[in-house]
Amino acid sequence: MEQSSEKMADILSDEIRDEDFELLDESEKDSEFVAVKGKTYFQDAWSRFRRNWLAMISLAFLFVMIVFAIVVPILSPYTYDGMDFAQINALPNASHWLGTDRFGRDIFVRIMYGARISLSVGFAAAALNLVIGVAYGVFCGYVGGKTDLILMRLVDIIYSVPILLYVILAMLIFGSNIFSMMIAIGISSWVGMARLVRGQILFLKEQEYAQAAFIMGASRARIMFKHLIVNCLGPIIVNTTLIVPSAIFTEAFLAFVGIGISLPQASWGTMANDARSLLQTQPLQMLWPVLAISLTMLSLNFIGDGLSEALDPKKR
Amino acid sequence: MGDREVIVSINHLKTYFQDSKGFGKKRIIRAVDDVSLDIYRGETFGLVGESGSGKSTLGRTIVKIHQPTDGKILVNGQDIATLSGAALKKFQKSTQLIFQDPYASLNPRMTVGEIIREPMVIHRIYPMRKEQDERVAELLQIVGLKPDHILRYPHEFSGGQRQRISIARTLALGPEFIVCDEPISALDVSIQAQIINLLKRIQKELGIAYLFIAHDLSMVKYISDRIGVMYLGHIVELGDSKEVYGKPLHPYTQALLSAIPIPDPDAGRGKKRIILRGELPSPINPPSGCPFRTRCPYAMKQCAEERPKLKEVSGRLVACYRVG
Repeated sequence: MEQSSEKMADILSDEIRDEDFELLDESEKDSEFVAVKGKTYFQDAWSRFRRNWLAMISLAFLFVMIVFAIVVPILSPYTYDGMDFAQINALPNASHWLGTDRFGRDIFVRIMYGARISLSVGFAAAALNLVIGVAYGVFCGYVGGKTDLILMRLVDIIYSVPILLYVILAMLIFGSNIFSMMIAIGISSWVGMARLVRGQILFLKEQEYAQAAFIMGASRARIMFKHLIVNCLGPIIVNTTLIVPSAIFTEAFLAFVGIGISLPQASWGTMANDARSLLQTQPLQMLWPVLAISLTMLSLNFIGDGLSEALDPKKR
Repeated sequence: MGDREVIVSINHLKTYFQDSKGFGKKRIIRAVDDVSLDIYRGETFGLVGESGSGKSTLGRTIVKIHQPTDGKILVNGQDIATLSGAALKKFQKSTQLIFQDPYASLNPRMTVGEIIREPMVIHRIYPMRKEQDERVAELLQIVGLKPDHILRYPHEFSGGQRQRISIARTLALGPEFIVCDEPISALDVSIQAQIINLLKRIQKELGIAYLFIAHDLSMVKYISDRIGVMYLGHIVELGDSKEVYGKPLHPYTQALLSAIPIPDPDAGRGKKRIILRGELPSPINPPSGCPFRTRCPYAMKQCAEERPKLKEVSGRLVACYRVG
């Protein structure tokens, strides 16, 4: 100890010479080496996601739901609007797995047909979010200054208009069908994504690796794609998965109050509305659509939570 | 220092920022205020000063992260403000910067190979992928990493190794001048010496000039040929490293050097420590006259009236009325 402090004093008080510093030999060079097997970011995230059993069950449930939504209406002998007056308000049985409603329509087929509508509205809203929201957010965050200020005030205006107005306007233009629901929900929800992405980009562009790329002479496009967008993929993916259930719920809610797709097409919301009058005598008819809505939303939320945990390296 | 050829020449550089917070009139932050200095080919110029003295801003203005408000920076005789096209590309190849924080300066989504290859891809120096890979392996060798680290991600490395990766990236374009913006202050003491030795070895082999920014005075003393002391955006003393450390002339340099701790209690006992009172004044509202007069133990009436100019005193430049 004494010897080393003497040496230090020597180093600091007197002239500092090259001899006071020596290169480490080869064996010590590896002493600070961290032995972790090389894994890409997404491999790492996937292994963390897999450990989250709630998210894995949800993913499996969603997968089964999607397969059923595609397959069941094709393979089933019943159609969503085929009425059978001999079988009104049937309880679940061998031929009608979930029973029939007050017009004798098969509930299982209608639920799966509703899944088509709900899931496609959900995914379409998410896709619109991804395209418009991300592009808008990246542009605002990267350009900054007055352009950003003006464009973000536009976002505030879009955000302040209630979603019902967009739905009614879209239905006026495109008619009351699934397409206008997708457009309306998409238009009203991308602003959240734009704000999130803009905030991320504002933060990331001040990061030193982005500045390093700038010093090297990287083009704006290169910095944007190679350094900024890839580094906010995590929040973007999480936000997208959380947009899906909220869009599904919005669609179901609007259908329940009678706005949106028209009868006899089946949506979970319209089915719940249909079952309302029979709630006292046929409570099961209310249970199926409600169960479908809640299970789908729950599983999507669990997947979103699982992803946000898996994609955040700090939660390792 | 045989040829003494100037590579970077800074003339009356001013870098101001506008503070746009709140309402009312905008305030101006004078981060770098009228700094002139020359850096010679192959030398290390140490820049010291406390936090907020503007040394990092100066370094970042040289690599064009910040726009100068006034004054000129000449690199290889060319004004960097007016560069474009091929001349700009040439400047980008010749001038690089090593960042302080090795955790923030490497893109976490790129492998080490991609990080070091990026400057070559941008400037299209090696058209063949094979040549690029060979050059990356060579650079990794130079900075003391193994070629098989090429496929790993930054988070798999320690701070010292990350700083080596960062150095390899700056060397990829074959620079003549590197701004080292506190490259060791985020590292462990034991690792600091390794990185300093690496930088010295690279300088010896490749003849690169450094602007070495730091607040660790003993390290700056070890690595620098010449030293500039910055205070509140101004250079207050500039001269040969050994001379400045041996006999500091400006009262601020004296105070700064007296703060270097001496780990030997016997040797340290005889040393007088100059303790400065008060805080570093705000660069928004700098004191009149000499920037240091508010904390200077020797301040006179004259100091408040006009800022002392840098003048040559026994082979170096000092900005103080009491000297010379």
